[in-house]
Amino acid sequence: MWKHGLFLFSILPGLVVVGCGRSDSAGAGAGTSNTDVAAGSAPSSENAVELLNVSYDPTRELWKELNEKFIAQQKAAGREISIKQSHGGSGSQARAVIDGLEADVVTLAMWSDTDQLRKKGLIKEDWESSFPNRSLPYTSTIVFVVRKGNPKSIQKWSDLTRGGVEVITPNPKTSGNGKLAFLAAWGSVINSGGTEEDARSFVTQLYKQVPVLDTAARGATTTFAQKGIGDVHLTWENEAHLEVTEAKGELEIVFPEVSILAEPYVAIVDTNVDEKKTRAAAEDYLKFLYTPEGQAVIAKQFYRPTDAAVLAANAASFPAINLFPVTKVAGSWEDAQVKFFADGAEFDRIYEGAR
Amino acid sequence: MSFWKLLYSKKSRSPLPGFATGLSVTVVWLTIMLFIPMLALVAKSWALTPEEFLKAAWSERARAAYTLTFGAAAIAAIVDVALGMLFAWVLVRYEFPGRGILDAIIDLPFALPTAVAGLVYSSLYVKNGWFGRYLVPLGIEGAYSRFAIILVLVFLGLPFVVRTVQPLLASLEGDIEEAAASLGATRWQTFLRIILPSIMPALFTGFALAFARGLGEYGSIIFVSTNIPFKSEIAPMLIYSRLEDYKYEEATAIAVVLLAGSISTLMLINWLEGRNRRYAH
Repeated sequence: MWKHGLFLFSILPGLVVVGCGRSDSAGAGAGTSNTDVAAGSAPSSENAVELLNVSYDPTRELWKELNEKFIAQQKAAGREISIKQSHGGSGSQARAVIDGLEADVVTLAMWSDTDQLRKKGLIKEDWESSFPNRSLPYTSTIVFVVRKGNPKSIQKWSDLTRGGVEVITPNPKTSGNGKLAFLAAWGSVINSGGTEEDARSFVTQLYKQVPVLDTAARGATTTFAQKGIGDVHLTWENEAHLEVTEAKGELEIVFPEVSILAEPYVAIVDTNVDEKKTRAAAEDYLKFLYTPEGQAVIAKQFYRPTDAAVLAANAASFPAINLFPVTKVAGSWEDAQVKFFADGAEFDRIYEGAR
Repeated sequence: MSFWKLLYSKKSRSPLPGFATGLSVTVVWLTIMLFIPMLALVAKSWALTPEEFLKAAWSERARAAYTLTFGAAAIAAIVDVALGMLFAWVLVRYEFPGRGILDAIIDLPFALPTAVAGLVYSSLYVKNGWFGRYLVPLGIEGAYSRFAIILVLVFLGLPFVVRTVQPLLASLEGDIEEAAASLGATRWQTFLRIILPSIMPALFTGFALAFARGLGEYGSIIFVSTNIPFKSEIAPMLIYSRLEDYKYEEATAIAVVLLAGSISTLMLINWLEGRNRRYAH
């Protein structure tokens, strides 16, 4: 029994090599591969297209609904489209695309992650101007989630560093949520007239009161909501609504007076759509986000629509927060990445100084 | 006797034919699956200058992470050796209802995705979990602490020790112990002089396997550790966080140190085991 098992095991690499050779030659013979495969699985139409949207961690529910609406709309126009989703930490997702994940569009949390694809030559130079409103179909921000009745009466950023308050937020090195929470905390000090030095000592104290640094947004939500760790959770506005709904009355949202304007950009991965010949479909897909229908879904899922009319219609869902742009704390998103999150930058220094 | 003579001498001829085929399959397999990936790893880190390599792989933060990774893996492996020996003894020497089921369950950590183990452990030991609600008031933090890392590594490494010790214990005849007893040895003497030396090689192997398992573990630890730099950040977590910075080479440098550490520890254990085998008999 065992000997046979071992034998199989040892010839495996041989089989794999043979297998690879075959599929390669088959691919070359058939010409364009991916779209053909999709057409085969959807026999009703010859021009069926499959898109892959690589997104960040907490957008699962948003894209699920957007995709359904878009597919239905395309079907009505006689086009067969299917969309695959991929979610994870924004940085890892960008890396996966760089390493060969064949994304048609990327909808990542941080400008710097999308721009990393440009640096590697996968996205064209002026990608930001490809879609309306600097390629931002929606914006978002960071808000607080607290326990029922807000026992530690947390209302504003400065309340977070009070003695005995434990703060849950993911690691800024590995999470877009984490980066934005850091920038929001830093900016809250600058916004009220504080100096950089004031901001530094505020965030240093803040992160001393963070008992767990999860690697991504959803992990931090689990730590706070399910495991009952911490008094306040700094999270995406949309994630906060979801978290509070799931908790059935055990948690509440607190909207701080000020917070950061989060800008999750969308972009087409040029090298991939050209190779897969899916550019037209990918463009339609991203343009759909700006239609009233797309914007309505965005608002319903608690992302702030960039269409002023839709935003006004949903004003009740989005309390007024003074949202400051990244330029309040750094020159640009890229500069913020270098200044705060690069190796040995502000965030690393918090822990190096704390020992 | 030379190596080749040994191989081809009639006496030691293997009952299975096909030595050449066997060896070549082994070498090809190892090259594709092991040597080339390892070489690629080391090659990637060569893109750094020696200073950059040192800065990336030997920073204070990286050293704290190695200490935690190697320390937690070693402590967990030692606990596994003690517990594993006991479990193996119980399974081999006693007849009791449910032994078969217990014997099968021992392997569970092999099969369980490690992220699941991490999630289960952390939700049991947090302050509102089944164990945590009693332990946390006593000051025992079984989740989100260094202790939590060791706890989950003990769980993951245990079957390695049990499964290496069990067959050796089973092959130890009961009459050796009887002989020792009849010669006036106490129970303790019998254990130390007779049983322990016989299962020593298995204990070393079990330790090495559990230790190596602990070094590479990532999936479960990120769920039970607080991942705070300098305090509870394991080396694989540091590698991940370097990758998030798009610092491939720096991440590889840390991986190379981890690899070198693992290889030398495993070689040391092998050497100790060989020495032990030579002097034990």
